[in-house]
Amino acid sequence: MAEQQKPTPEAKVETTSHEWDGIKELDTPLPRWWLWCFYACILFAIGYCVAYPAIPLAHRATAGVLNWTSHGQLAAEQAKVEAGRAGMRLAIANTPIERIPPNSALMQSAVEGGRAAFKVNCVQCHGTGASGRKGFPNLTDDDWLWGGDVKTIRQTLEHGVRQPGDKQTRMSQMPAFGRDGILTADQIQDAVSYVRYISHQEPASISARRGSEVFAANCAACHGAQGKGNRQLGAPNLTDAIWLYGGDRDTITETVTNARYGVMPAWGKKLDRASLNMLAAYVHSLGGGE
Amino acid sequence: MSSLEARRGGLYARRPDIFPKAVDGFFRRLKWAIMVVTLTIYYATPWLRWNRGPYAPDQAVLVDLAHRRFYFFSIEIWPHEFYYVAGLLVMAGVGLFLITSTVGRAWCGYACPQTVWTDLFLHVERFVEGDRNAQLKLKRGPWSVAKVVRKVVKHGIWLAIAMATGGAWIFYFADAPALARQFLAGHAAPVAYATVGILTATTYVLAGWMREQVCNYMCPWPRIQGAMLDERSLIVTYKDWRGEPRSHGIKKAGEFGDCVDCLACVQVCPAGIDIRNGPQMECITCALCIDACDQVMEKLGRPRGLIDYATLEDCEAEAGGRPPVPVMRTLLRSRTLIYFGLWAVVGSAMALSLGQRTRLDLSVAQERNPLWTRLSNGDVRNAYSIHVRNMEERPRTVRLAIEGLPAATMWDSLGSEKAAASSLTFTVGPDQVERRRIYVRGPETGPDHYSLSVAALDQEHSTAAKTVRFERPEEGQ
Repeated sequence: MAEQQKPTPEAKVETTSHEWDGIKELDTPLPRWWLWCFYACILFAIGYCVAYPAIPLAHRATAGVLNWTSHGQLAAEQAKVEAGRAGMRLAIANTPIERIPPNSALMQSAVEGGRAAFKVNCVQCHGTGASGRKGFPNLTDDDWLWGGDVKTIRQTLEHGVRQPGDKQTRMSQMPAFGRDGILTADQIQDAVSYVRYISHQEPASISARRGSEVFAANCAACHGAQGKGNRQLGAPNLTDAIWLYGGDRDTITETVTNARYGVMPAWGKKLDRASLNMLAAYVHSLGGGE
Repeated sequence: MSSLEARRGGLYARRPDIFPKAVDGFFRRLKWAIMVVTLTIYYATPWLRWNRGPYAPDQAVLVDLAHRRFYFFSIEIWPHEFYYVAGLLVMAGVGLFLITSTVGRAWCGYACPQTVWTDLFLHVERFVEGDRNAQLKLKRGPWSVAKVVRKVVKHGIWLAIAMATGGAWIFYFADAPALARQFLAGHAAPVAYATVGILTATTYVLAGWMREQVCNYMCPWPRIQGAMLDERSLIVTYKDWRGEPRSHGIKKAGEFGDCVDCLACVQVCPAGIDIRNGPQMECITCALCIDACDQVMEKLGRPRGLIDYATLEDCEAEAGGRPPVPVMRTLLRSRTLIYFGLWAVVGSAMALSLGQRTRLDLSVAQERNPLWTRLSNGDVRNAYSIHVRNMEERPRTVRLAIEGLPAATMWDSLGSEKAAASSLTFTVGPDQVERRRIYVRGPETGPDHYSLSVAALDQEHSTAAKTVRFERPEEGQ
């Protein structure tokens, strides 16, 4: 292909006088319009430096005549989002809680808002998945101490559990049967055997039969004759598969001996009506809502 | 006259003035035809209608960014099917390789928008200011009313074409008739006006002022093609063995070649080069110099094809008196076959999958926090986020069912557990995604995998299924 090109273009352009293996480097001049593009970029940069924060000083950069900041932009955008949400928030706040789930638009917003509020206020105890842990109830299951309909959940949320000074707070007071000397250690063991029998964890035994009498005399008042609990009193169902503290012998023994007094803040003092409704809707939507 | 020559000396070179002369001939007519076809496709496509029923737009080609759908006649692409677009891009890339290795820079010479619009602008220029000589005269002449009028008319027409070009672009992204009305009434979205403005400016500047500078300095393709061409690629070639030495009009048979140095080939070149200098990066192989030279050769009674489409291999063979390599051998060599094979594999794979894709899709994401929930009677509940995509342009009722998990029931977050059953029936809107959170309740022991399936009730073969896990507490939990 080489002998094809007799009059070569490079004969007419200066070279850099660099040559490798017979290949010469041309010194082709830059097109002038390219230079203009550089000048335009410089002008743009000057304009940018005047308009926006640009030149670093000791503590912060020059402000720029537009007074733009990324914080300011974020605040403005967030204010815009908040303003857009305001109507929905108001509607959620002003709708009685039991009327929210049937209204799918309200419910959807409430659940999403509740998800956010839950992440801020509730995950510390109930966990990010709301599945709780020992001593902190699992909110996704179908076992509720005080009731799992959305209105009851809202009530529990607003007034908390064992909050002194709040008249409507959830208050249950199981006696510390062992510590206070109400029952002897043997009686407690018998009662535990009985509880583990009615929750299908142990077969019937003599101890359990003795325990049934202890149970009828001391426990049935709150937990019911069959041990199925009483939501009015916040007394848990002892026959199901769900144990807030644990269903093994040692843990039940510990519970009966010393009793348990879990607490939850009265969120009505800290959160507005909209947030309370959202949280109640969200908790109700987790799968166990009644 | 070469553009390189004009830049000699100095660090910066001004753009050389190029006044390409009008020419007629086979390739010029081919370029006319391609220009008409490509511009018609570009300007007219958004106005084509295609009936998709009451639930989808009736524009044949529509990129609906707001709803994330791409419509191309009977094909509708969803965002998750973007691999079809990726496949088209791969085909376009390999296609360019294929074209380049067979017929050289045909894309640059005939079909590239930069070439087509520059060509159109050159015609406008000649229409207003006259052909090459008149343009040169006008440039050298003093400013006069007539000159100002000509310049204003020329730039006016250029701007009008540029605006139409920018205007046509936005119609691909919205319903064209509606957008046209809104646009003219001033009610269209600001982004529409901004897009038209930017494309008007780029068309006017790139086709009116920059022209061959775009190819020489902005476009990477000529540089890549420098590496793609070989001695078997078709390029526009000056047969120097036949033309040299040039006769400058002196007729002494035997001493001179066929080239009479009339400069017709140089004058018609839109890139401003002299093809007789051999293959050059600036040459877009528009072949107008072939038309120009053929006319001269015909007048002189010499054979056509002093400048011609030829491979370098053929040129050498011809110069040495050997027969040229057959065209089939030029086209069918391993390199072009490999490119074609790649191109065809991607194309047929896409066509095949396009023909077989189901327009109903299910994706399932298992809720992992918590993985499982133990219920008061000892059962276990799992939760899943499901997306059911109804990719047909009508509402469809579908049934979601559990397969392979005995005694399991399901319900969704919109319903309640009271309505739990082994399947769930609901309606998915036309061309929409139904997102639901579903709960599946199952016994404490059993298989740890099962299948969730979704089936459209009105179509027998429209089904989709996903194998999912059923998580249970481990021993002691």
